[in-house]
Parts: sequence; C-alpha cells; structure tokens
Amino acid sequence: MEKNISFKLKVWRQRGPKEKGQFKVYEMKDIPTDTSFLEMLDILNEQLINAGEEPVVFDHDCREGICGMCSLYINGHPHGPATGATTCQLYMRRFKDGETITVEPWRSAGFPVIRDLMVDRRAYDKIMQAGGYVSINTGGVPDANAIPISKEKADLAMDAASCIGCGACVAACKNGSAMLFVSAKVSQLALLPQGQVEAAHRAKAMLSKMDELGFGNCTNTRACEAECPKCISISNIARLNREFIAAKLSD
Amino acid sequence: MWLIDSSIGRKVVMSVTGAALILFLTFHMAMNCVALISGDAYNVICEFLGANWYAQVGTYGLAILMALHFVYAFILTIQNRRARGSERYAVTERPKSVEWASQNMLVLGIIVLVGLLVHLANFWSKMQLQELIHGTNFVAGQNGPTDGAFLIQYTFSQWYFVLIYTVWLAAIWFHLSHGFWSMFQTVGWSGTKWQRRWQVIGNIYVTLVILGFLSVVYFYFFKSLC
Repeated sequence: MEKNISFKLKVWRQRGPKEKGQFKVYEMKDIPTDTSFLEMLDILNEQLINAGEEPVVFDHDCREGICGMCSLYINGHPHGPATGATTCQLYMRRFKDGETITVEPWRSAGFPVIRDLMVDRRAYDKIMQAGGYVSINTGGVPDANAIPISKEKADLAMDAASCIGCGACVAACKNGSAMLFVSAKVSQLALLPQGQVEAAHRAKAMLSKMDELGFGNCTNTRACEAECPKCISISNIARLNREFIAAKLSD
Repeated sequence: MWLIDSSIGRKVVMSVTGAALILFLTFHMAMNCVALISGDAYNVICEFLGANWYAQVGTYGLAILMALHFVYAFILTIQNRRARGSERYAVTERPKSVEWASQNMLVLGIIVLVGLLVHLANFWSKMQLQELIHGTNFVAGQNGPTDGAFLIQYTFSQWYFVLIYTVWLAAIWFHLSHGFWSMFQTVGWSGTKWQRRWQVIGNIYVTLVILGFLSVVYFYFFKSLC
C-alpha cells in the first residue's frame, strides 16, 4: 500500500578520481513508497539543481534490470537490501520512515571512483576483450539440430549468460575479486561445444587479465553469490578453477 | 610459474597444503585416541615414531607445508586488502549465506599458529627435539623422550592448559569448517550439488576430528580430578 516516508540520505560526494570524498546528508521529505530508488535520487537531484547545488552523479541506463549500468552500495549491500534485483528495481517501500539510508559507490581498486557514486568499470570490458568471445568463421547458418546440446547444459549456460556485468560481485567481495564475473563469462561458453575449442586459452587469458587489473584472489566467502542481482552461482567459479587448472596442466 | 603468479594458482597452493594438513590432523587424532585406551599402548606409538628417519621426514614435510600455507595466507591477504581499495565501506552487512569463518580465516589461522607454538613447547620440545639433540630436558617424572603418555597426563591435569587447548581446537574447527569445502571448490571439484555435499561432509568430518582431540584432553583432565 502506498504511503509517504521521510528519511535521511547519507550520500558519498567526491568531485573527481583524485579528490578526497566525504559523506553528505540530505533530508528527504514525503517520498511515496512506490518511488524507485533511482527516481528518489532524481527527486533529490531536482531539489539540488533548484537550490543551485551540484547534482549527485550516479550510473543508470535501462532502469529495468538488464543493462548492468546501475550500481550503488546501499546500507551495506550492493544494489541495496533486495535480493536478485538491481538498484533500479529497488523501491522505497523497502525502507522505513525516519531511517538513515547510506549510499556509497562500489569500492574496489579495480573500479576507481570517477565522481560521486559513479565508478569506472571498464576493467570488465578489458577482461572480455582478453577472451570472452568465440572467434569462429561460421559461414552459413547451420541447422539448429546439427549440434545437439543437452537441456541441462543449455540451462546452465543460459544461467551463466544472465550475468549483466554490473560489478556487484566485486563490490560485495572483501577481496575485491572479480571471479564470479569472470567465471560466468568463461562458463557460458565453456559449457557449449562451440566454446570448447578455445576454452583453455579463454580461461587463461581472462584470468590473467583479471589478476593484472588489480582484482583480488577469491577466498570462497560466497558474498558475491549472495549479492548478485542475477543470482549467478559460485559453481561457475568451481568450473573456472577446473578449466584454468586443466589448461595449465596441459601446457 | 602459475602457482605463484596467478590468483587461482596461489589458491591451489592453499588448497593442497590445507588438505595435507587436514590429513595430518586425522592421523594425529587417531593416534591420540589410543591414549584413551592405554597409556602404554600410546607410548609404543611414541617409540615407533620417535626421531626415526620417517618421523623426521614427516616433521620436516609438515614444517614446509605449514610455512607454505602461512606465507601464502599473508601474501593473499595483503593482495586482497590492496584490491579492496584505499577507501573502506562505511556500512557493511554480512549476507546470511556467508559464514563468519570464511571472512576471518587469517585471524583464525593466527590463533591456530599461536596454539601450535604452545603445543610444540608442551610436547615436541620434550620428545622428538630431546631425542634429536640427545638432550635430557625432561619434565620431572617423564621417563625418557618417548614417554608421551606421561606428558599428556601432566599437561591436562593443569586447568589452564585444558582451557588453552579448548580455545585452540575451537579455532581449528572454525578454520576447517570453511577450509574443508573451500579446498574442493578451489581445485574445481565442486558444483551446485557438490558444494552443499562437501560442506555437510566437511562439518561432520571436522567435528569428529576435533571431538577426538577434545576427548583425550578432557579424559585426562577429569582423571586428574578424581
């Protein structure tokens, strides 16, 4: 049921990558609970602009949970307290009247802050460019039944492919490790026959790129899996470990 | 060398050394439990091991495993803290599915190491070490370097050692409750089904091993009270 709530918004403000940031507290009054979190930030920015202040910078695009642009670390959780949802799918009915809501950017050496709540996630693009693709000249389109794939494998590959690359796994990980992302991107291809041709090279190239870009070592805390808006399983990390170790042993 | 310069490789070293240490604990516990039945039988095992070449090889092997596990733990922790960035989160909340132990493995490991030093001082320095250096620095009443049964009875008749060993074994339990399934995950022998299975198998296995150790401690503690 719709009602209005008032709360304090504690937001991280940082003018640039090199500058020192700090929290600023804003009073939000009479926000309807069916407002989405990002709409609530839009309301805040409108107020700030009208008052002649700088609006809060944050990433967003599709606002329907598929593009992976929105981020925000809200009250100790990447994408806020909801599970299996991105920040843009989060509504103010999750919060209580009079509460203080703390909003921080992803904090990780691999994702430096650009401004306020916006971080540079191009590291993920670099990892993809290192091997997250299939390079086969396919020629004509083959018949769908020419390469049989079991339903189970197809489902697992699809689950892995649902990763939107938002970076919540890195934000949640106490080690700043990107293993859940890399493992999903390796798994979605390693599970299918078309991807297996380059599987060994892919696992090695993507992992060494991840290490090179300053992400940490996975210690299996499972925080990534718990916070992932697409509920990507750590069984993908086990698969990446398997692929990588097998590739190294056959070198 | 991928065991040094790749993140998965470094984790494989942690996993394999950890697995070897769990196996060692299992054998150690099995031997300790002999002391529940008979002190003389326990001393036969002590004599069989003593400072014979195979016991020495085992000791040096274990020392190397421990050192590797520990050095890698520090390297990984330093790298991981650096990867976290210079700013810390103001608010953090642990999701329900995240075990407390999994985020505190280094702290638990340090407690385990301190406990190990106490343990080496209590037993190893009075037994194998004395045999190696042909020393006679025994506890009053100890009948030679292979009189382990006496040292057990002597150590665990002191309540503070009982307390220290209980805390130590509890720390090992927490450390292994995460470490056991984690080592299978790291070498890739896991998946949606096996992750849960290893966790359950691990909890049962580790609990049995720790209970084995504790039973000897408390058996001798209560025996000393009677």
